[in-house]
Amino acid sequence: MTNRANTFEIRRRQVAQRLLDENPDALVIAGLGATVWDLTAAGDRPSTFPLWGAMGGAAAMGLGLALAQPDKRVIVVTGDGEQLMGLGALATIAVKRPANLAVVVFDNESYGETGMQATHTAAGVDLAGVARAAGFPNVVSASTEDALDAALATVSTGKGPVFAWLKVRAEPSPFALPPKDGTWLKDRFRRHLLGPGAVGETEQG
Amino acid sequence: MTEWPDRIFQALQGADVRQIADVPDAGHKRLIERARADKDIHAVSLTTEMEGPAVLAGAWLGGQRGALLMQSSGVGNCPNMLSTTQTCRFPLLMLVTMRGEFGEFNPWQLSMGQAAGPMLEMMGTRIFRLEDADDAGPMTAAAASMAFEGNMSVAVLIAQRLIGTKNFGK
Repeated sequence: MTNRANTFEIRRRQVAQRLLDENPDALVIAGLGATVWDLTAAGDRPSTFPLWGAMGGAAAMGLGLALAQPDKRVIVVTGDGEQLMGLGALATIAVKRPANLAVVVFDNESYGETGMQATHTAAGVDLAGVARAAGFPNVVSASTEDALDAALATVSTGKGPVFAWLKVRAEPSPFALPPKDGTWLKDRFRRHLLGPGAVGETEQG
Repeated sequence: MTEWPDRIFQALQGADVRQIADVPDAGHKRLIERARADKDIHAVSLTTEMEGPAVLAGAWLGGQRGALLMQSSGVGNCPNMLSTTQTCRFPLLMLVTMRGEFGEFNPWQLSMGQAAGPMLEMMGTRIFRLEDADDAGPMTAAAASMAFEGNMSVAVLIAQRLIGTKNFGK
């Protein structure tokens, strides 16, 4: 199938790697699907919570985390299909205005896990426009490598809530699967962030 | 006299609940006002109940406890998100004002009113049913304890007879 996204410049795996390398202390929520594989390929780590489900919930989860941890940068990395299922959450986030939250959408204009069916962004739905209209104070877009540096700098340090809309090439990437046990992933994250007491361990372990 | 929503609020404070997410219901009016007036609580107004389990899972990842307020029709917006709550054993405390029960004026509320409890149970949620105002505080406290100490999804269904029925001025 011919798809204009097949020729987009920005490569999702490289962006995922940069996001983790440039934000080593950030807390990351990875939205269901290919963005989970991207972030796992960039390095599975305790401070990334990968979603194997909850489609449409990644940004909302980032909101709860950002409110609970106002001194940490929280970055949600998700896909266009996942974000389209949770557009209302963009309004919810904009109203709460967490200054430490960035939502990054890798937009390949396709449902990558189900056969590359076109999402609404392929027909022109402008996710940055949606975020701006919802009230996000800091919205950036990039569809070229040249524009990427500025967008990623805003994701790292811009006053939030930040919404970053990145047009990424539609391309197959090798699977890189994180652990699947949700309870374990949750406890790994909390242990890393809050200490062993948060998962019922004694300080001595 | 302390009203039952105030008793629920006191129990939530006692359980160190720091984020209260809601989609409004007339029955939750007082509780929502209390939450929004409290500077120690993040009151998160949602566009759909589906956002609630996700926001509060994020809160738990960040070390804060939360509660989700909604009416019974909103339960129907939640099940897929509750699958993540269940799979990851995220604690989740829900307070559900019931419609479609005693004295319901709107027949379109009956279906979700009947389905809300069974639907929550299907998604692994333990149900408490609040019928008596005197139980509001202790039952909320017990539900919170079960949720946060047991990593469970727990809902308190607040009976329509307790809330009083909406009559649209008739």
